[in-house]
Amino acid sequence: MNFKLLGAIAAFALLAACASTPPTTAGAAGGSGATAGTSGAMPGSEEDLVANVGDRVFYAFNQSNLSGDARATLDRQANWLGRYPQVSVQVAGNCDDRGTEEYNLALGQRRANAARDYLVARGASSSRISTISYGKDRPTALGDNEDAWAQNRNAITSVR
Amino acid sequence: MTLVSKESVGISEESLGLPGAGVVHRRRLLGAGAALLALPAGARAQTPPVSGQPAAASGQSAVIDVNRARTEPIPIAIPDFTGGGGDSDRLGRDLVGVITNDLRNCGLFRPLDPASFINTGAAGDLPNFQNWGAIGAQALVTGRVEGGGSSVRVEFRLWDVLPQQQIQGTAYTTTSGNWRRIGHIIADVIYERLLGEKGYFDTRIVYISGTGPRDRRTRRLAIMDQDGENNRFLTDGSWMVLTPRFHPTRDEIAFMSYANNRPRVYTFDLGSGRQQVLGDFEGMTLSPRFSPDGSAVILSETRGGGADIYVVELGSRSARRLTNSGAIDVSPCYSPDGSQIVFNSDRGGDQQLYIMGADGGGVRRISYGNGQYGTPVWSPRGDLIAFTRLGGSFAIGVMHPDGSGERILSESFDVEGPTFAPNGRVLMFWRTSPATNSRGAGYGSRLVSIDITGFNERVVQTPTDASDPAWSPLAS
Repeated sequence: MNFKLLGAIAAFALLAACASTPPTTAGAAGGSGATAGTSGAMPGSEEDLVANVGDRVFYAFNQSNLSGDARATLDRQANWLGRYPQVSVQVAGNCDDRGTEEYNLALGQRRANAARDYLVARGASSSRISTISYGKDRPTALGDNEDAWAQNRNAITSVR
Repeated sequence: MTLVSKESVGISEESLGLPGAGVVHRRRLLGAGAALLALPAGARAQTPPVSGQPAAASGQSAVIDVNRARTEPIPIAIPDFTGGGGDSDRLGRDLVGVITNDLRNCGLFRPLDPASFINTGAAGDLPNFQNWGAIGAQALVTGRVEGGGSSVRVEFRLWDVLPQQQIQGTAYTTTSGNWRRIGHIIADVIYERLLGEKGYFDTRIVYISGTGPRDRRTRRLAIMDQDGENNRFLTDGSWMVLTPRFHPTRDEIAFMSYANNRPRVYTFDLGSGRQQVLGDFEGMTLSPRFSPDGSAVILSETRGGGADIYVVELGSRSARRLTNSGAIDVSPCYSPDGSQIVFNSDRGGDQQLYIMGADGGGVRRISYGNGQYGTPVWSPRGDLIAFTRLGGSFAIGVMHPDGSGERILSESFDVEGPTFAPNGRVLMFWRTSPATNSRGAGYGSRLVSIDITGFNERVVQTPTDASDPAWSPLAS
């Protein structure tokens, strides 16, 4: 768990670094897309995924549909998984705190599954992708306003 | 970790006649699931509950009918129990503290200020009723403590001041380590004799303790007496835990744990400390609740984009699916007779409450108010379902099982997860305060209790932030 938490903290630090970017594209490294890494992160690593691919997609309130931005991010993740066949990932679904704990556990799982299913449809092997839901218990943004809630409705891919 | 199981603790009870009569009428052991026995008719004055006029400040019998609309709290005098010196004196004072606290906090009694007491001495074998009536007491509690250590005997008597009658006389013998429980048991007897329905003070709350920053919260399973005392942590916080629920008769809970990063429902025997995964499911399991007879657990399993409701028999561990809607069906809860199940589903687009038969048939929606609804829980009395309502703010409310008579009891930024006291008279839930800045300042959660008529809302003291409360059954 600590390992995964470190990933989330790193991701948050990155988000904070480009705070002016809207949440729907924040994970995609300023829109640099799938271009080769420039950060010096080891290819195929968690850092590479976060910095050069985009580790997370965002959802509308109470929804699990993938937006155009979300699909673009997942396309890059699927390509990246194709390049590094030894890497396994976990997709964690999260929710804002505007729902009950119990319902949000299931909603987070629904979001994680939606992202996972898209990756599999794009050619990633389902055996390399595990899913988990944290409901509203692992927020990325610690505030309580529309911006924070938008950041917390997500599915975050991390290297296992 | 050593866990003291209440059911294993011996407390013997005997009934008392009027002072001076000195007759022991009956002796028995209090244990789990055993109701307090009615006393033999000769042992007490027969003062049946009377309904009708609301209680005036004084000058009337203390016995009232609680099913009436809200009444003025009953003025009750509880002088320190007398001891035989030393430890028994202190115990007499401490017991009265527990009893007074229970009765005051339930909102239905008004313990009188000891500074107003005129003379607590008896008039011969009987209390000096004039002195108690003069300060407005309708009911009087007197008691005596003898012994200490491994054998403490606590006598208590409940008096109706105006008719000058003994309503109850009982003596308890136990070890001094059990003294708080004796206080709660006495408070329950007073509640039941004066209000005509069972109390809820000899109970515990299992809940989730939360510490640390909001994005890396340490969550531990915790248990305490209903008044916040005897708090103990049952897990060490290595893994996230959620939604503990009490078994209806055994010292056992069902809860959800992220142990080994696999969120699943477990059972936890509090006596032995043994934890067991419940059922053999591929997906995440969540939302456990015991069936009313304690033979099974009903829960949800996520699958694809939804979650289905299953019942898992505790004996065979076999699971039977009850819903298959493709939607999210969570938070199932049985009716007290076990014949129906209320649950939360988004099958109609947004979250609403539905009821189905215990076999999964006859599903019908019951919530039609403004907003979305979740976490339904059936009252032990059967007549109400409490819920969380979601909209711009969150609310705790109750409705009848047919969906009629919706009433909101408490509303704020985030309140959720009601649980009923075993007598169905009080709800506990948790209230989360929102963060006021991007660093999470101001975020926190507390347990809150409220009378089902919507008054007497109060924060329950816990040593850390707290959420997910579940009330135990009555222990005695």
